[in-house]
Amino acid sequence: MPETATAEAPAKAATGGNILGVRNLEAWYGESHILHGINFDVNAGEVVTLLGRNGAGKTTTLKSIMGIIGKRTGSVKFNNQEIIRATSDKIARMGIAFCPEERGIFSSLDVRENLLLPPVVRPGGLPLDQIFDLFPNLKERLTSQGTKLSGGEQQMLAIARILRTGASFLMLDEPTEGLAPVIIQQIGHTIARLKKEGFTILLVEQNFRFASTVADRYYVVEHGKIIDGFSNSELAANMDKLHTYLGV
Amino acid sequence: MQALYAQLLVGLINGSFYALLSLGLAVIFGMLNIINFAHGALYMMGAFVAYFLLNLGGINYWWALLIAPIIVGIFGMILERTMLQWLTGLDHLYGLLLTFGIALIVQGVFQNYFGSSGLPYAIPDQLKGGMNLGFMFLPVYRGWVVIFSLVVCLATWFLIEKTRLGAYLRAATENPTLVRAFGINVPRMITLTYGLGVGLAALAGVLSAPINQVRPLMGADLIIVVFAVVVIGGMGSIMGSIITGFALGVIEGLTKYFYPEASNTVVFVLMVLVLLVKPTGLTGRAA
Repeated sequence: MPETATAEAPAKAATGGNILGVRNLEAWYGESHILHGINFDVNAGEVVTLLGRNGAGKTTTLKSIMGIIGKRTGSVKFNNQEIIRATSDKIARMGIAFCPEERGIFSSLDVRENLLLPPVVRPGGLPLDQIFDLFPNLKERLTSQGTKLSGGEQQMLAIARILRTGASFLMLDEPTEGLAPVIIQQIGHTIARLKKEGFTILLVEQNFRFASTVADRYYVVEHGKIIDGFSNSELAANMDKLHTYLGV
Repeated sequence: MQALYAQLLVGLINGSFYALLSLGLAVIFGMLNIINFAHGALYMMGAFVAYFLLNLGGINYWWALLIAPIIVGIFGMILERTMLQWLTGLDHLYGLLLTFGIALIVQGVFQNYFGSSGLPYAIPDQLKGGMNLGFMFLPVYRGWVVIFSLVVCLATWFLIEKTRLGAYLRAATENPTLVRAFGINVPRMITLTYGLGVGLAALAGVLSAPINQVRPLMGADLIIVVFAVVVIGGMGSIMGSIITGFALGVIEGLTKYFYPEASNTVVFVLMVLVLLVKPTGLTGRAA
């Protein structure tokens, strides 16, 4: 990780150290019990991917960390601070940013307003010119209505807007879903570039071929639990198991 | 012709109150998803606060324009914190019943102490008298009400559609959960929004005090028409509620001139017609 990036943002300073620790996380949607004791860690500067079938609890894990699932128990520590009881606005202000699966682009806001919506929570975010460098399409369309963008552009906008807030821990929920291969490639390059900039990324993906191009480590989620974990170098050796887990 | 212009002016004045009130309703509905039936009672409270300020505190009209909306706005925010916030996610019917109940209680309390007749509130000295425009005589105070209301409406529109704070508001109307996950304290924003909508109602109350007198039921009479205005304009559109408010005031005024018998019903006839053709209202989005 480059020294310059770590110097500005305190959250990025703990190079290699544990940045997120999830212990025995359980979560409920109303009456239905979705997470049954999730345990995993993310170290600073890593890209970690949660793999798993539809409905395994990957998205719920991200939402529970973000504090937007009503009922949750266990422990989530971010930079050694317990956040399991915190409200989502407080969690965001500690430096966690979330890019939801449905992208959450606001139709009553234009592209510029969408981009500038999330408030800056700490110093060290990417300046706008760097963001436009990553996503040149957005610069051309600043005055368009947010939801008039193509699916790929909306995904770029959804990622772009959380880069300037200074949050150093990004959670991206299926950023490649439903996108054309060339755009998936662009998002892959973006994630690699963000990792180089010192961001820590927790990714949810169904597409593990894409994940394998960016991830350092993987966890497999099934029935609301982490059932396996391995690093990218162990991916080839785990391929058979992975096919069974994911049913592909 | 004189009579036509006079009715047009009355229409514009009523339109000012319709616009200020339906604007507040639209802002509140957008953010809280509540049809605020207490709006008329809060409008009435604005007029009464101005009356108390003048008669108990010696505080004049100009200060009342500022202070009454703040006091009633704070009252509204207390209502939101203690009661309305618990209705989040429930059917519209609950919000409607609760705010209707609040309106009845507030109006009942004021009626108990002040009866049903009006209390006088004098036009401030600076706005007394009138101007001869050549084609008609314009009482200064009435001209002031129309222009000031228009300015306040446009300022509110600007705040919501063109500023950063407004972008938060619009975004939170669409997806409060995500906006909160960006680090914005959405519950506090909802409380302030209710305060803003209520403050606009109170401001209309102060403006109307010198014209219509200060009466406990002044809001109850007006709010029924205002709800028709909101239905015609479409819930949730800011500019839509401003334009519809003024336009319907004028239409009402014109009806008074051309066919006075229908002047009390024309708004409701229009409402029925709009509902038949476009159930979301003229500028409304599908719910």
